[in-house]
Amino acid sequence: MDFELSEDETALADAIRSLCEGRFPLDRLRAAEGGAGVLDAEAWGELAEAGVFSLQVPEAAGGVGLGMAAGAVVFEELGRALVPGPILASHVAAGIIEGVAEGKVVVGAVRRPEPSGPGALAPVLVGHLSSLDVLVVVGADGLSAVDPHELGAVAIERALDPLTPLWRVGPLPVGRPVGGVEEARAWRRAESVLGGALLVGLAEGTMEMAVAYAKQREQFGKPIGSFQAVKHMCADMLVAAETARAAVHAAAVTIDQPGVGDPDRAAAGAGLLAAEAAIRNGKTSIQVHGGMGFTWEVPAHLYLMRAWVLAQAIGPVDDLAELVAELY
Amino acid sequence: MDLRYSEAEEKFRSELREWLGDVLPKIGPKPPALDWPARRTYDTTWQRMLFDAGYAGIDWPVEGGGRAAGPVEQLIYLEELERAHAPYVGVNFVGLLHAGPTIVVEGTAEQRGRFLPPILRGDEVWCQGFSEPGAGSDLASLRTRAVRDGDEYVVTGQKIWTSHAEVADFCELLVRTGDEGSRHRGITWLAMPMDRPGIDFRPLKTIAGSTEFGELFLDSVRIPVGNRIGEENDGWRVTMVTLSFERGTAFVSEVLQSMEFLRELRALARRTGAWEERDVRRRTGHLGAELDALWALARRNVSQAARTGVPGVGGSVYKLGLSELRQRIGEFGMDLIGGAGLSWDELDGLDGGGRIGNADLVNTWVHGFSRTIAAGTSQIQRNIIAERILGLPKG
Repeated sequence: MDFELSEDETALADAIRSLCEGRFPLDRLRAAEGGAGVLDAEAWGELAEAGVFSLQVPEAAGGVGLGMAAGAVVFEELGRALVPGPILASHVAAGIIEGVAEGKVVVGAVRRPEPSGPGALAPVLVGHLSSLDVLVVVGADGLSAVDPHELGAVAIERALDPLTPLWRVGPLPVGRPVGGVEEARAWRRAESVLGGALLVGLAEGTMEMAVAYAKQREQFGKPIGSFQAVKHMCADMLVAAETARAAVHAAAVTIDQPGVGDPDRAAAGAGLLAAEAAIRNGKTSIQVHGGMGFTWEVPAHLYLMRAWVLAQAIGPVDDLAELVAELY
Repeated sequence: MDLRYSEAEEKFRSELREWLGDVLPKIGPKPPALDWPARRTYDTTWQRMLFDAGYAGIDWPVEGGGRAAGPVEQLIYLEELERAHAPYVGVNFVGLLHAGPTIVVEGTAEQRGRFLPPILRGDEVWCQGFSEPGAGSDLASLRTRAVRDGDEYVVTGQKIWTSHAEVADFCELLVRTGDEGSRHRGITWLAMPMDRPGIDFRPLKTIAGSTEFGELFLDSVRIPVGNRIGEENDGWRVTMVTLSFERGTAFVSEVLQSMEFLRELRALARRTGAWEERDVRRRTGHLGAELDALWALARRNVSQAARTGVPGVGGSVYKLGLSELRQRIGEFGMDLIGGAGLSWDELDGLDGGGRIGNADLVNTWVHGFSRTIAAGTSQIQRNIIAERILGLPKG
C-alpha cells in the first residue's frame, strides 16, 4: 500500500497542467464567455492528442490503457484550469462510442428524468449541445445514444456558468441502446469520480486564488491573510479540498483495484464531498476577495458557477448521500 | 496510488486476526470507568499479551523491543484490533503513541534501551506534562522552571490536563531551562520519574463527570540529566516531533471506531423506525462519506510517513477534520434518541440487542467537546494549516 501519487502519476499531472497553462490561459477562456462554442475544434484536438479521452481505453483498442486513478489525476488539473466543454461525458464515453477517443466525435450526457416523482416535470437542459455529435442519455435501466440535432433544442440566452452554454430540449427519445443496467451504473460511478476530480481541481484553484489575494491585499496596514478571521477561512478551504481529494483518489483506486473496497460507496461519497468542497470554496473565495469578488472582472465566480454545473451533472448530492447510507 | 496490501502484509493480517480470535474471549470484563488502578491493570495486562505475542511496537526498532515493521503494518494492526473490538490503548496512550515514538526518533541508544521496552511490555505507564495554567495554546510561554544542579535538574512549577497521572511511572515533561523570555528557544524535554518527592496530583472533574486528567504540582523535583531527551533548550523541536506523531498517527484508530459507531447508529435508526425519514438517511450517508474520506486521508498520511520517516503537517488537516466530525456524529446520535438523551442512566429498550444504548450516546456526545480542544484546538490547527501549508503571514 502506498497511497501517495506515484512518479508516473505526478508526471502526468504536471504534463496536463502545463498543457492547460499553455492552451487554456484564463484570459483566453474568458474571451469566449457567453458564446456558443467555448471550446474550438483545435483545442479539442489538443486534448485528444494529450490522451484526455483515450486515457482509459485499452491499449489493444488504440488507447493509453491507464485506469481511473490516472483519470482522476488528469481531471483534477482540467478542473483547476476551468477547461470547458463536454470533457467528462466524452472521456467516459470513449470506450463505448467509436471515434470519441481520437477526438473525432464529441459526446455529451444527460440524465433521463424519472417518469414520476419530484424531478419528473423539471425542464431538461443540455450543455454544449451545438458542439455535440452524440448525446448519451443515462437512465436507471441503461444507456442510450440520441442525435442531439433531432431534439428541437432551444438555446438558453444566459447560462449560469458563462463557459457552459445550455440548450433546453424536449422529451428525450428512446434512442439507440449503448449499454445495459451494469454499464449505466459504471457510467454514474465514473462520472462521480471524474466529476469529483474536476470539482476538487476547482476547489483547489479557487483556494489558490483566494490565498494569493489574501497575501497581497492590505488593510489596517497588513495583508488581510495575517488576520485569523481570513486565515481560518483559507484553512477551511484547504481542509475541504484535501479531504475531498483523498476521497476521490481512494474511489478511483477502489474502481481500479478490485477487493480494496466498495466502488459504488466510494464513488458516491467522493462525488458528494467534492461537490460540497468546490461549492463551499467557491463561495468562500468570493468572500475573501471582498467587493472585488462580486465583480464580473475577478474570476472567482467562474469557479463557483462551474462547481454548480458539475454538482448538477453528478448529483443530486442528496441522492449520493442516500446511496452511501444504504451501502455503509 | 496503490491501496492493495502485499502478500506479506496480508499474511501479517491473517495471523493477527487468528491470534485475536483466540485471545480476546479470554480477556475479562472492562473495569469501571473511574477505577484507575483497575484500569491500569487491565490495559497493561493487555499490552503484555500483545508484547508476548510479538504484536507490541509494530513500527518500533528492535532494540526498543519492537517489530521494526513499517507504518503499513501498523495501520493493518490498528484496523484488525478495531475490527475485533480489542481493548483500547487506554493508559498506555502517552507511552505508546506520544513519548515512545519521540524517544524512538530523538533518544540516544541508551535511552531507547532504557525507556522503550518497559512501555511495550506494559511495565511502565506514561503521562503528559506539557500544558500549564498559563500556557495552553501558547505552549511556548510555559514557565515550569528547571535549574541544573550537578547531574540533576531541579524542577518547580505546575502542569495541567495531565491524564492518568495517578497511575503513571513517567511523565513527558516540558520545562524552561532558558531565560524567562526565551520562549521556544529555552525549553527542554525531560522524562520525569513519578515516584520522586515533590510531586503532587489533584484530579479535575470533567463535564462528563469523569476524572481522567488533573493538575500536577512540582516542588523541587530532582530529575537526572540522563533523562533529558534531546539537547538542553532544544525541547521545542523535540516537542514538534511528539506533536506530529500525535496529530499524524495517534488518532488513526479513532476514525475506525467512529465508522463502527455510525453503523451502530444506523442499526439503532432502523430499530426505532427513524430510518424511514429521508433526512436521517442523508445525514448517515453524509457522515459516512466524510469518515471514508478521513480514512483515505489517514492512509495518505501513513504513506507519506513511510516515505519520509515522520508524519507531515497533513496530520493537522486530519486532526481538525476528525475532531469536528466526531462532534457532529455525537450530535446525530443524540438527535436519534431525543428525550432518552437526557439520562446518563442506561434506559431499557433502546439497545435492542445492539452494542450501544443511550448512555453510550450521551457519553460520546459530551466527550466530543474535548476533541476540538485537546491536542491543539481547532483554531490552532487552522493557524498551523494557514501558516505552514498555505504560507499566510503570522498575525
